[in-house]
Amino acid sequence: MTELVLDVRDLVVRRDDLVAVRGVSLQVRAGQRVGVVGESGAGKSLTALAIMGLLQPGWRAEGQVLHDGVDLTKISDKAFSSRRGRTLSMVFQDPLSALNPTQRIGAQITGVLRRHTRVSRDEARRQALDLLVQMRLPRPEQMLRAYPHELSGGQRQRVMIAIALACYPQLIIADEPTTALDVTVQKQVLRLLDGAVKERGCALLMITHDLPVVAAMCDYVLVMYGGRVVEEGPVATVFRTPRHPYTKGLLESQPTLDNIGLDGTGRLPSIRGSVPPLHAMPSGCAFRTRCDRADGRCETVPVLEGTESRAACWHPVSVATPAGAR
Amino acid sequence: MTTPIIEARGVGQTYKLPRTKLIGRRERLAALTDVDFHAMPGEAVGLVGESGSGKSTLTRILVGQERPTSGVMAFQGSNVWELDRAAHREFRRSVQVVLQNPRSSLDPRMRIGSSLVQPLRALRVETDPHARIREVLDQVGLGPDVLTKYPHEFSGGQLQRIAIARALMPHPKVVIADEPVSALDVSIQAQVLNLLKDLVTELGLTLVLIAHDLSVVAYTTSRVAVMSGGRIVETGRPAELFRNPTAPATQALVDSVLTVEDGLTGKALT
Repeated sequence: MTELVLDVRDLVVRRDDLVAVRGVSLQVRAGQRVGVVGESGAGKSLTALAIMGLLQPGWRAEGQVLHDGVDLTKISDKAFSSRRGRTLSMVFQDPLSALNPTQRIGAQITGVLRRHTRVSRDEARRQALDLLVQMRLPRPEQMLRAYPHELSGGQRQRVMIAIALACYPQLIIADEPTTALDVTVQKQVLRLLDGAVKERGCALLMITHDLPVVAAMCDYVLVMYGGRVVEEGPVATVFRTPRHPYTKGLLESQPTLDNIGLDGTGRLPSIRGSVPPLHAMPSGCAFRTRCDRADGRCETVPVLEGTESRAACWHPVSVATPAGAR
Repeated sequence: MTTPIIEARGVGQTYKLPRTKLIGRRERLAALTDVDFHAMPGEAVGLVGESGSGKSTLTRILVGQERPTSGVMAFQGSNVWELDRAAHREFRRSVQVVLQNPRSSLDPRMRIGSSLVQPLRALRVETDPHARIREVLDQVGLGPDVLTKYPHEFSGGQLQRIAIARALMPHPKVVIADEPVSALDVSIQAQVLNLLKDLVTELGLTLVLIAHDLSVVAYTTSRVAVMSGGRIVETGRPAELFRNPTAPATQALVDSVLTVEDGLTGKALT
């Protein structure tokens, strides 16, 4: 077994009585790509922010986040700052608000390099240029002198990835990295992220609502709902033979070219209702109010069970339903 | 041959750019060039394209919000910009819009009930508001309990249903939906798309669906127009566009579709 670069144990994220993440455990091994999927309110973004120590004031993380021999929930802000960008880094959804609007692209990349590694100014500049070239940015020399607002959305996100990669971190956490981008550049950015992660052998934790993105990028997936992991396993197993009714519903409600019946007669299956607000999350299995299989038993929280993939459900789907063929 | 219910004939739109020189004319940006687009009564038409391709400009022209610099925007055969007062009101009543984000399109300080009545007042539709509200809520699958609530009490999917209900209030003939599901959760998207599809078949509505996601458009509509660089570069049945895209812009959109199956077989990023 390769070593763990991230070991989250029983993470709870709360603000006073409001519990958004209710005991999430996840592991990322060196070089592994793990996807966390869920809808808004599932707790996936708060999980990522808690790992990075970037929770908004008022929110508190409990449990353990083990990384590189330390528990990240216990270390000081100063100790954390010396890690962000060095051993673990993050790519956010909106690069325009994550980049400093008053600083040139070059300075933002060399800033990370100079903070964490002992390199000269010239060497940092050379490495920054290399990163821009690697991210296939046009005219990289001029790009170093450009400000974020001069770049397109896709270019900015590539700069963000360059900054995240700069110090060869063990782990990159990407929170919806392509959601804000135009469809036609989405694949391009994913391809670059994929290649860069592969080349450097760093691990990837991908947070997204987009199942196809997980299928393309990850080898392991956790499906979250109502602050808990409801199903997890190797991507191929979970997506081909989903066992939790929620996972199955999500997969089926994706319009794909095969299931929509291109003559316009097809009908998409959908999950009824909507995600309840945080303060009204049902007790027991949070999905039970939207589930056709739910009964009295579902008022008790089910635990994750299974061998190849694990699902937290009292009435799991047993018949294999291959993705795409319905 | 029936007349299209809405039609843009040879429509062009240019915008003046900010002045860059002290003397001389302001440069112009051609946002649309010679665009022909129409929807027949009861038809569901899709409009796809990258951002910057002119979709939103065309949408504003279709709803009569902007006057095109050249060409004709017609409603039931007559030019929208040459209608008399009564006929123009009829046009405004008949063409309704559903926007991407229902949170910003519904007044946060207005109860849903008041929001729903607004279009009737603004467009002076003579009808019994209470009966119409009941009818419309039934069509979008909501109960009367929503009327006394405020927008913040709803999830995005429910709010989009309410926005659709509001668009239906004045008995429109055409609903123009601009990215109606891209701000919604995955499990809700299918619900809203199914609802739009039902409205077309059950009420005989004309639907113009603007989106960037080809599979969403292909699911909901029977004819799709692809825009690129301010022009319509290809039109056809979704199935044909998908299988044999001819224009490079269509090809790019088809290539950009990511599916779970492609991901699992390792074909997604190649």
